[in-house]
Amino acid sequence: MRYLTDRKRAEGLGSAGQGTHHHWQMMVGSIGLVLLMPFFIFVFGMALGGTREEVIAFFSRPFPAVLTALTLFVAISHFKREAQEAVEDYVHGTTGKLLHMAVGALAWTTIAAGLFALVRLAL
Amino acid sequence: MPDVNRGNRPLSPFMLGQYYRFQMTSLSSIMVRITGIVSLGTAVLVVLWLLTAAASDEAFAVMDGLLRSVFGDIILLLATWAIWYHVFGRLRHVIWDFGWCLDVQTSEMMGLLMFIGATVMTILTAIAV
Repeated sequence: MRYLTDRKRAEGLGSAGQGTHHHWQMMVGSIGLVLLMPFFIFVFGMALGGTREEVIAFFSRPFPAVLTALTLFVAISHFKREAQEAVEDYVHGTTGKLLHMAVGALAWTTIAAGLFALVRLAL
Repeated sequence: MPDVNRGNRPLSPFMLGQYYRFQMTSLSSIMVRITGIVSLGTAVLVVLWLLTAAASDEAFAVMDGLLRSVFGDIILLLATWAIWYHVFGRLRHVIWDFGWCLDVQTSEMMGLLMFIGATVMTILTAIAV
């Protein structure tokens, strides 16, 4: 038993050990995405259905390219936190830790690949 | 006193269906989690499509063909519903976080509106694009 009072041990950290940081990130991401996502859905819907040349021309324009890059980054980091939270809730021990890392790896790879593809399309 | 029963407590008990009946609040909440995880999958599909468009004609033909087939249409329609539902669900979380609309009746009403709103917006999206 550590010689700390309950209050000292808990102060500023909460059960996750990182305080309200995760919750705050989710709130900021949510508000950002509530604004971004309606635009993205219709922009992506416009892009889908063209030939490859039309798709390349479409993402060479600044608005679709910047909106897609921003939405991909903010949305996938948001889904990552969300999926990792589900892992924390339902999967424990070593499996949980590895699955937590796997979700993070998938999310970061998807972000990197998406940004790379957009740069290739736009330039 | 501080270390009583540490590590032997139930963790996030999942009681829905077994001991607890479904209600609009619990159903709409669990759907937010499911649609969030589904949307991570949708993001992977979108990025694969962008990658193949950046890569080559042959690769693009495969991925574009998949997304524009009947099967792809169904997947994208469900994915669109999921993302709209999730947008409304997160909006509800933001509203709650401001301390508004926390009573049960309003929460249930917002849950119902999330299902209706997602369905209406999915139909509008399908018509518009």
